[in-house]
Amino acid sequence: MSFINYMAREINCKIVYYGPGLCGKTTNLQYIYERTNPDAKGKMISLATETDRTLFFDFLPLALGEIRGFKTRFHLYTVPGQVFYDASRKLILKGVDGVVFVADSQIDRMEANEESVENLKTNLEEQGYKLEKIPYVIQYNKRDLPEVATVEELREKLNPMNVPDFEGVARTGVGVFDTLKAVAKLVLTELRKGGP
Amino acid sequence: MVNPQMVMYEEEFNQIQNVVDRLVKDANAKVVFIVDKNGQLIAASGDVDNLDTTSLASLTAGNIAATGGMAKLLKENEFATQFHEGEKANIHIQLVGNRVILVVIFDSKSSLGLVRLRVRRASEELNNIFEALLKKVADPGADSPFAEITDEDIDNLFND
Repeated sequence: MSFINYMAREINCKIVYYGPGLCGKTTNLQYIYERTNPDAKGKMISLATETDRTLFFDFLPLALGEIRGFKTRFHLYTVPGQVFYDASRKLILKGVDGVVFVADSQIDRMEANEESVENLKTNLEEQGYKLEKIPYVIQYNKRDLPEVATVEELREKLNPMNVPDFEGVARTGVGVFDTLKAVAKLVLTELRKGGP
Repeated sequence: MVNPQMVMYEEEFNQIQNVVDRLVKDANAKVVFIVDKNGQLIAASGDVDNLDTTSLASLTAGNIAATGGMAKLLKENEFATQFHEGEKANIHIQLVGNRVILVVIFDSKSSLGLVRLRVRRASEELNNIFEALLKKVADPGADSPFAEITDEDIDNLFND
């Protein structure tokens, strides 16, 4: 749920990075954090376990600039990918404006990807959203690893709706900003369509 | 559009800011702020200069969401109040009208009893303001400032 503040002349939107465990959601946010001008970002918060697995969420506030005199602020969140943290994943989807699905391109993670997309659909529906209706993009991550599925295969299994998709290597930043820009554009376009 | 937008206008913002400013004084608090349930900061008052209110807002909302999840499992509607006691700072979190979160940070200059008392009154006032605001937003006459934006406006945001 975007938040338009006429007083501060600000618009705030929430983007959630979703995907199976260890697919690179946190790595996407870390790369964005490292490469963003200090004026344009807040602190990155990671609620993680001692072994650096996301426990609840990562949070990164970003300022993208102005549109028609309104500052645009995006709050980026990740969900915990591990299957048993489903209750937490549901909470983080509350009030979401756009979703990035980060897929793990490795062949042996295909099933985990498919399961996670299904989980995303179910959890969105519980909140009253439909995946087909919200701004949604996909990133095929870890393209630099040896045993990866082809983009065609990934597309066939994970992108039946033909939403914008990108190849990524989040560790080195390949595709990270392309993915973010694509989802941010869709969110802003959606804002234009709908009044309050 | 799937989501109703949260919108804040100058009139209601000023009313909210008044409540928050007064609560800082009345409760002898260090900082008071209001967050919506999605973690967006709405208003803040007190000694906020040295405080990362954006992060606090997001964590508060996460906290309320997690507590709400626990409440659901226990077949409770909500746990509307939370209190965390530290060595120097304490934090009192109150859900207002199941819609926004009122956070009071205070130290030994105040007490939990005083904070609770003042929060109760402020909550009622805030609840009325937000109810009026929601009605205003639901009015079809209220138009989005973004209805007019062009593809070019959006593209310009991303010109590095």
